[in-house]
Amino acid sequence: MDEINSLLQGFAVVLTPMNMLLMIVGIVLGVLIGVLPGLGGANGVAILLPLTFTMTPTSAIIMLSCIYWGALFGGAITSILFNIPGEPWSVATTFDGYPMAQQGRAGEALTAAFTSSFIGAFVAVVMITFLAPLVAKFALKFGPPEFFAVYLLTFCSFVGMGKGSPFKILASMTLGFALASVGMDTVTGQLRLTFGWTELMRGFDFLIAVIGLFGIGEILLSMEEGLAFSGKHAKLDPKVVLATWKKLPQYWMTSVRSSLVGIWMGITPGGATPASFMSYGLAKKMSKNGDKFGTGQIEGVIAPETAAHAAGTSALLPMLALGIPGSPTAAVLLGGLLIWGLQPGPLLFVEQKDFVWGLIASMYLGNLVGLLVVLSTVPLFASILRIPFSIIAPVIIVICAIGAYTVHSAMLDIWFMLIFGVMGYMFKKLDYPLAPLVLALVLGDKAEDSFRQSMLLSQGELGIMYSNYLVGSITTLALILLLWPLISKGLNLIRPAKKDEFEADRPVD
Amino acid sequence: MSSSDRTDPAASKGPATYVVDAVVAVIVFFIGAVVIFGSRKLGAEWTSDGPGSGYFPFYIGLVMCISGAGIFYQALFSKTAKRNTDEFVDGEQLKRVLSVLLPAAVYVLAVQFIGLYIASAIYIALFMVILGKFSWLKSIGIALCVNVLFFLMFEVWFKVPLFKGAYNMLDFLGY
Repeated sequence: MDEINSLLQGFAVVLTPMNMLLMIVGIVLGVLIGVLPGLGGANGVAILLPLTFTMTPTSAIIMLSCIYWGALFGGAITSILFNIPGEPWSVATTFDGYPMAQQGRAGEALTAAFTSSFIGAFVAVVMITFLAPLVAKFALKFGPPEFFAVYLLTFCSFVGMGKGSPFKILASMTLGFALASVGMDTVTGQLRLTFGWTELMRGFDFLIAVIGLFGIGEILLSMEEGLAFSGKHAKLDPKVVLATWKKLPQYWMTSVRSSLVGIWMGITPGGATPASFMSYGLAKKMSKNGDKFGTGQIEGVIAPETAAHAAGTSALLPMLALGIPGSPTAAVLLGGLLIWGLQPGPLLFVEQKDFVWGLIASMYLGNLVGLLVVLSTVPLFASILRIPFSIIAPVIIVICAIGAYTVHSAMLDIWFMLIFGVMGYMFKKLDYPLAPLVLALVLGDKAEDSFRQSMLLSQGELGIMYSNYLVGSITTLALILLLWPLISKGLNLIRPAKKDEFEADRPVD
Repeated sequence: MSSSDRTDPAASKGPATYVVDAVVAVIVFFIGAVVIFGSRKLGAEWTSDGPGSGYFPFYIGLVMCISGAGIFYQALFSKTAKRNTDEFVDGEQLKRVLSVLLPAAVYVLAVQFIGLYIASAIYIALFMVILGKFSWLKSIGIALCVNVLFFLMFEVWFKVPLFKGAYNMLDFLGY
């Protein structure tokens, strides 16, 4: 068992006092980010990325991934206590979590949410431990056409699996690609699409886009609602925690099913939100108490939380093994790899063993530490939401500005952040998804490189995308997903599909 | 988010959502056209040594134009989806959004001249006094605390220098 050995080595890397400290700092910062409106996993990690420039890559990734776990945990706190989903994938948690809090069972709901988050993540990490090395080994054989086919699959699956107008998904995606191509062309060295503006030579950094779109945009949206938080009080009694833990094993079927749903949806991009809804829907259909869902059923908290956390964790698999992130936050982590001087992709498993296995080991430990931290500090974090919005809003805008500046030490980037903020607000209101834009901005250069290399190999013949079975089947799958909106319309004519009852509640992300 | 259930007759009528949707679609189409134009100039064809710089962006611009046209059609003429005639933002909402956005723009402008720390302190204090109706003492106190914390964190602990502006007033600190 090579993997077990490598994993133990990874634990040896992680278990230094410094790394453990960074882990706890990361978790606490992450929960804070998850709780605060306007800061989420993706932009929180983006803002804190510059702080890690001086660390070793392993310490840096441990801290940043722990921020991510913390943010995933933090989303549950606001959905249950305040009925405000901190992240799009916590929307489904509010359906039963908030009613439970209203009935005075907030402690039970929180314990169930945190514990099932932990279980979902744990199952996903076990999967990553054994599957990621295999995928990476397989991907070592990939040439440019195969890589381009995988990129194509990533982007087409946004169209096939996303909600809302496929044209809006395409518009958001191509906007990302167009912004990515601004600046110096990596192949010919020509300046592209700068229209004579030399400041644009650097291009648009996706970190700026993430901070603006998700941070400033979210603040503007919260402001529009005129937020006045009115939350339930949370006290986590150890007795309640133990009593809830005793109850949880009887819902093992829900946990297993939700973990599987989460893993499957997480590996494909943009998965955590649909995963949580799908899992909630399945639990409602299969549970004995299905008709009582929405009135405060503990299963209705377990299902979405397990799936969201499993999906959020699995999103790191394609990032590690292929260098293709499965979610905006994974994309930011990938950006971190580049900044620390690591080349993401299948070679990572060969050349940077310490880094990869340290990260995987820290996923096990980070989630365990996270569970303990959130269980013990919920009241503290809940009280943060009672700080008036007129203090939180300017401080968050200042944090975003600092984060945008530190990326390149460029003043112009703060202006871009503000523009991206307005764009994020408009896009959110008009149901344009933001994840495809961010992923396209991150992957734009690499997708283009692999496309150009493939075209060079074939002297401009698109036929190279069908030159062997592997690349052909990936391309075909991608095209099916791209055309899925049309195909499903066609299928609907033949056999009308059952209506998805949660369709209207699911946010576009 | 819909404002149709609100019964305030005095509220001014903003544009309906489908109109804004169509306008944004036109902008998307326009950006796509700009990208196509820019890529054509760079050379979107096959050059002697392979695909030119504009080869890939050209197709991106093309897809963007198509999707802009598609969104425009869906917003105005779609038969299956009903037109979203809800007001995009009502007067009250717009006022709230602008009350954050405009000060933020002024803040960024201030950063350009007097640097991140001082501009941030002034911004937080004014935001609290004017929008949050806090007392001057409390606002200035919190603003100073937050910025001293940032200063320690970035300049001292993590050694990441932040923007001090065209007129550096914190020069005397030596960072």
